[in-house]
Amino acid sequence: MIALLVALVVIPGTVGDLLNSAGMKRHGEITDWTPRGLLLTGRDLVHNWYIMIGIPAMAVSFFALMALFSATPLSFAAPITASSYILETALAKYILKEEVDWRRWVGAALVGVGVFLLSV
Amino acid sequence: MSHLRIRQKLANMHERGLLLKTLIVSLVVIVTNVVGNYALTLGMRQVGVVESWSPLPYIRAFAHPWVGIGVAFMVGWLVSRLALLSWADLSYVLPITSFSYALSALAGALYLHEKVTEREWAGVSLITLGVVLVALTYPETTEIAEEP
Repeated sequence: MIALLVALVVIPGTVGDLLNSAGMKRHGEITDWTPRGLLLTGRDLVHNWYIMIGIPAMAVSFFALMALFSATPLSFAAPITASSYILETALAKYILKEEVDWRRWVGAALVGVGVFLLSV
Repeated sequence: MSHLRIRQKLANMHERGLLLKTLIVSLVVIVTNVVGNYALTLGMRQVGVVESWSPLPYIRAFAHPWVGIGVAFMVGWLVSRLALLSWADLSYVLPITSFSYALSALAGALYLHEKVTEREWAGVSLITLGVVLVALTYPETTEIAEEP
Protein backbone atom coordinates (compact mmCIF):
# COMPACT_ATOMS: atom_id res chain seq x y z
CA MET A 1 0.00 0.00 0.00
CA ILE A 2 2.79 2.41 0.97
CA ALA A 3 4.80 1.43 -2.14
CA LEU A 4 1.74 2.14 -4.28
CA LEU A 5 1.33 5.58 -2.66
CA VAL A 6 5.02 6.40 -3.25
CA ALA A 7 4.63 5.38 -6.91
CA LEU A 8 1.48 7.52 -7.15
CA VAL A 9 3.37 10.53 -5.75
CA VAL A 10 6.51 10.20 -7.87
CA ILE A 11 5.30 8.99 -11.28
CA PRO A 12 2.26 11.25 -11.88
CA GLY A 13 4.07 14.22 -10.28
CA THR A 14 7.10 13.90 -12.54
CA VAL A 15 5.06 13.08 -15.66
CA GLY A 16 2.71 15.99 -14.87
CA ASP A 17 5.57 18.49 -14.62
CA LEU A 18 7.17 17.25 -17.85
CA LEU A 19 3.86 17.34 -19.73
CA ASN A 20 2.94 20.82 -18.42
CA SER A 21 6.37 22.15 -19.37
CA ALA A 22 6.28 20.58 -22.86
CA GLY A 23 2.65 21.69 -23.34
CA MET A 24 3.31 25.32 -22.36
CA LYS A 25 6.45 25.54 -24.53
CA ARG A 26 4.36 24.25 -27.44
CA HIS A 27 1.71 26.84 -26.72
CA GLY A 28 4.31 29.61 -26.79
CA GLU A 29 5.24 32.49 -24.48
CA ILE A 30 2.25 34.16 -22.83
CA THR A 31 2.40 37.85 -23.70
CA ASP A 32 -1.22 39.00 -23.38
CA TRP A 33 -2.03 39.39 -19.68
CA THR A 34 -5.42 41.05 -20.09
CA PRO A 35 -8.43 39.01 -18.83
CA ARG A 36 -9.44 38.49 -22.46
CA GLY A 37 -5.95 37.29 -23.41
CA LEU A 38 -5.84 34.88 -20.48
CA LEU A 39 -9.30 33.52 -21.39
CA LEU A 40 -8.12 32.93 -24.96
CA THR A 41 -5.05 31.15 -23.59
CA GLY A 42 -7.32 29.01 -21.39
CA ARG A 43 -9.41 28.13 -24.45
CA ASP A 44 -6.26 27.08 -26.32
CA LEU A 45 -5.04 24.98 -23.40
CA VAL A 46 -8.29 22.98 -23.29
CA HIS A 47 -7.25 21.62 -26.69
CA ASN A 48 -3.65 21.00 -25.57
CA TRP A 49 -3.56 17.33 -24.53
CA TYR A 50 -0.20 17.76 -22.75
CA ILE A 51 -1.86 20.15 -20.30
CA MET A 52 -5.11 18.21 -20.15
CA ILE A 53 -3.16 15.14 -18.93
CA GLY A 54 -0.52 17.13 -17.02
CA ILE A 55 -2.88 18.93 -14.62
CA PRO A 56 -4.89 15.82 -13.53
CA ALA A 57 -1.56 13.92 -13.14
CA MET A 58 -0.32 16.61 -10.75
CA ALA A 59 -3.62 16.46 -8.83
CA VAL A 60 -3.21 12.66 -8.41
CA SER A 61 0.35 13.22 -7.12
CA PHE A 62 -0.85 15.94 -4.70
CA PHE A 63 -3.60 13.79 -3.15
CA ALA A 64 -1.30 10.74 -2.97
CA LEU A 65 1.25 12.90 -1.11
CA MET A 66 -1.44 14.01 1.35
CA ALA A 67 -2.39 10.34 1.89
CA LEU A 68 1.29 9.41 2.31
CA PHE A 69 1.75 12.16 4.90
CA SER A 70 -1.16 10.79 6.92
CA ALA A 71 -0.11 7.13 6.51
CA THR A 72 3.62 7.44 7.29
CA PRO A 73 5.87 9.51 9.57
CA LEU A 74 7.04 12.82 8.04
CA SER A 75 10.62 11.56 7.86
CA PHE A 76 9.46 8.92 5.36
CA ALA A 77 7.73 11.26 2.89
CA ALA A 78 10.28 14.10 3.07
CA PRO A 79 13.14 12.46 1.12
CA ILE A 80 10.71 11.67 -1.72
CA THR A 81 9.77 15.34 -2.15
CA ALA A 82 13.42 16.37 -1.82
CA SER A 83 14.85 13.86 -4.32
CA SER A 84 12.30 14.86 -6.97
CA TYR A 85 14.37 18.02 -7.67
CA ILE A 86 17.34 16.05 -8.97
CA LEU A 87 15.16 13.48 -10.78
CA GLU A 88 13.13 16.15 -12.59
CA THR A 89 16.23 18.21 -13.45
CA ALA A 90 17.74 15.09 -15.08
CA LEU A 91 14.53 14.41 -17.01
CA ALA A 92 14.33 18.08 -18.09
CA LYS A 93 17.83 17.69 -19.55
CA TYR A 94 17.31 14.35 -21.31
CA ILE A 95 13.64 14.48 -22.30
CA LEU A 96 12.92 18.22 -22.67
CA LYS A 97 16.48 18.84 -23.99
CA GLU A 98 17.07 21.80 -21.67
CA GLU A 99 20.63 23.07 -21.22
CA VAL A 100 21.36 22.22 -17.60
CA ASP A 101 24.72 23.73 -16.62
CA TRP A 102 26.54 23.17 -13.31
CA ARG A 103 24.72 26.06 -11.60
CA ARG A 104 21.35 24.40 -12.20
CA TRP A 105 22.62 20.98 -11.03
CA VAL A 106 24.19 22.39 -7.86
CA GLY A 107 21.17 24.67 -7.31
CA ALA A 108 18.72 21.75 -7.61
CA ALA A 109 20.85 19.65 -5.22
CA LEU A 110 21.06 22.47 -2.63
CA VAL A 111 17.31 23.08 -2.87
CA GLY A 112 16.64 19.32 -2.49
CA VAL A 113 18.77 19.11 0.68
CA GLY A 114 17.21 22.35 1.99
CA VAL A 115 13.65 21.11 1.42
CA PHE A 116 14.60 17.82 3.13
CA LEU A 117 15.95 19.70 6.18
CA LEU A 118 12.76 21.78 6.37
CA SER A 119 10.37 18.83 6.01
CA VAL A 120 11.83 16.17 8.35
CA MET B 1 23.54 52.73 -35.94
CA SER B 2 24.26 49.59 -37.92
CA HIS B 3 21.60 47.01 -38.61
CA LEU B 4 23.48 44.47 -36.50
CA ARG B 5 23.67 46.80 -33.50
CA ILE B 6 19.94 47.53 -33.69
CA ARG B 7 19.22 43.82 -33.72
CA GLN B 8 21.53 43.30 -30.77
CA LYS B 9 19.86 46.12 -28.86
CA LEU B 10 16.42 44.68 -29.54
CA ALA B 11 17.64 41.28 -28.37
CA ASN B 12 19.00 42.85 -25.17
CA MET B 13 15.72 44.64 -24.57
CA HIS B 14 13.84 41.41 -25.05
CA GLU B 15 16.25 39.76 -22.64
CA ARG B 16 15.76 42.46 -20.00
CA GLY B 17 11.97 42.34 -20.41
CA LEU B 18 12.01 38.57 -20.14
CA LEU B 19 14.12 38.63 -16.99
CA LEU B 20 11.85 41.18 -15.31
CA LYS B 21 8.76 39.21 -16.35
CA THR B 22 10.34 36.00 -15.04
CA LEU B 23 11.10 37.66 -11.70
CA ILE B 24 7.57 39.04 -11.28
CA VAL B 25 5.75 35.83 -12.29
CA SER B 26 8.13 33.71 -10.13
CA LEU B 27 7.25 35.92 -7.14
CA VAL B 28 3.53 35.45 -7.89
CA VAL B 29 4.01 31.63 -8.05
CA ILE B 30 5.91 31.65 -4.73
CA VAL B 31 3.52 33.96 -2.83
CA THR B 32 0.29 32.31 -4.08
CA ASN B 33 1.73 28.94 -2.99
CA VAL B 34 2.62 30.16 0.51
CA VAL B 35 -0.69 32.01 1.07
CA GLY B 36 -2.73 29.17 -0.50
CA ASN B 37 -1.09 26.48 1.65
CA TYR B 38 -1.43 28.59 4.79
CA ALA B 39 -5.14 29.34 4.17
CA LEU B 40 -5.89 25.70 3.30
CA THR B 41 -4.10 24.40 6.41
CA LEU B 42 -5.92 26.92 8.62
CA GLY B 43 -9.27 26.11 6.99
CA MET B 44 -8.87 22.32 7.12
CA ARG B 45 -7.90 22.52 10.80
CA GLN B 46 -11.15 24.36 11.52
CA VAL B 47 -13.22 22.00 9.34
CA GLY B 48 -11.66 18.92 10.94
CA VAL B 49 -10.75 15.59 9.35
CA VAL B 50 -13.11 14.66 6.53
CA GLU B 51 -13.48 10.89 6.20
CA SER B 52 -16.42 10.05 4.03
CA TRP B 53 -17.34 8.48 0.72
CA SER B 54 -20.09 11.03 0.27
CA PRO B 55 -19.08 14.20 -1.60
CA LEU B 56 -21.22 16.43 0.66
CA PRO B 57 -18.69 16.95 3.51
CA TYR B 58 -16.03 17.92 0.93
CA ILE B 59 -18.36 20.40 -0.77
CA ARG B 60 -19.21 21.81 2.67
CA ALA B 61 -15.45 22.14 3.39
CA PHE B 62 -15.08 24.27 0.23
CA ALA B 63 -17.72 26.63 1.61
CA HIS B 64 -15.46 27.39 4.61
CA PRO B 65 -14.01 30.88 4.01
CA TRP B 66 -10.35 29.90 4.62
CA VAL B 67 -10.65 26.79 2.44
CA GLY B 68 -12.27 28.90 -0.29
CA ILE B 69 -9.47 31.49 -0.10
CA GLY B 70 -6.88 28.68 -0.09
CA VAL B 71 -8.38 27.04 -3.19
CA ALA B 72 -8.55 30.43 -4.99
CA PHE B 73 -4.85 31.05 -4.27
CA MET B 74 -3.94 27.51 -5.37
CA VAL B 75 -5.75 28.15 -8.69
CA GLY B 76 -3.69 31.36 -8.97
CA TRP B 77 -0.57 29.31 -8.24
CA LEU B 78 -1.41 26.78 -10.99
CA VAL B 79 -2.17 29.48 -13.59
CA SER B 80 0.95 31.56 -12.82
CA ARG B 81 3.17 28.43 -12.81
CA LEU B 82 1.80 27.36 -16.23
CA ALA B 83 2.39 30.91 -17.52
CA LEU B 84 6.00 30.83 -16.25
CA LEU B 85 6.53 27.43 -17.91
CA SER B 86 5.40 28.93 -21.24
CA TRP B 87 8.86 30.51 -21.58
CA ALA B 88 11.06 29.36 -18.68
CA ASP B 89 12.68 25.90 -18.45
CA LEU B 90 11.38 23.29 -16.00
CA SER B 91 14.94 22.94 -14.61
CA TYR B 92 14.77 26.70 -13.85
CA VAL B 93 11.17 26.92 -12.55
CA LEU B 94 11.42 23.97 -10.12
CA PRO B 95 14.31 25.24 -7.95
CA ILE B 96 13.34 28.93 -8.19
CA THR B 97 9.74 28.40 -7.06
CA SER B 98 10.89 26.11 -4.21
CA PHE B 99 11.72 29.37 -2.42
CA SER B 100 8.12 29.04 -1.16
CA TYR B 101 9.40 26.47 1.39
CA ALA B 102 11.91 28.98 2.75
CA LEU B 103 9.34 31.80 2.68
CA SER B 104 6.82 29.64 4.61
CA ALA B 105 9.41 29.03 7.34
CA LEU B 106 10.35 32.73 7.46
CA ALA B 107 6.70 33.84 7.52
CA GLY B 108 6.01 31.35 10.32
CA ALA B 109 8.88 32.83 12.32
CA LEU B 110 7.92 36.45 11.64
CA TYR B 111 4.13 36.43 11.86
CA LEU B 112 3.22 33.33 13.84
CA HIS B 113 6.27 33.58 16.14
CA GLU B 114 7.05 29.91 15.49
CA LYS B 115 10.44 28.84 16.73
CA VAL B 116 12.83 28.10 13.85
CA THR B 117 15.36 25.42 14.75
CA GLU B 118 19.00 25.43 13.61
CA ARG B 119 18.23 22.61 11.18
CA GLU B 120 15.43 24.70 9.66
CA TRP B 121 17.70 27.77 9.36
CA ALA B 122 20.21 25.54 7.55
CA GLY B 123 17.40 24.40 5.21
CA VAL B 124 16.32 28.01 4.50
CA SER B 125 19.96 29.00 3.80
CA LEU B 126 20.59 26.07 1.42
CA ILE B 127 17.36 26.74 -0.50
CA THR B 128 18.23 30.45 -0.78
CA LEU B 129 21.74 29.62 -2.03
CA GLY B 130 20.32 27.12 -4.56
CA VAL B 131 17.74 29.65 -5.80
CA VAL B 132 20.44 32.35 -6.23
CA LEU B 133 22.65 29.93 -8.24
CA VAL B 134 19.81 28.92 -10.57
CA ALA B 135 18.67 32.56 -10.91
CA LEU B 136 22.11 33.32 -12.41
CA THR B 137 21.26 31.13 -15.43
CA TYR B 138 19.16 32.33 -18.36
CA PRO B 139 15.55 31.12 -17.85
CA GLU B 140 15.03 29.83 -21.35
CA THR B 141 17.43 27.47 -23.19
CA THR B 142 15.05 25.62 -25.51
CA GLU B 143 13.05 26.65 -28.55
CA ILE B 144 9.63 28.05 -27.73
CA ALA B 145 6.81 27.90 -30.24
CA GLU B 146 5.94 31.14 -32.01
CA GLU B 147 3.37 33.23 -30.20
CA PRO B 148 -0.09 31.88 -31.12
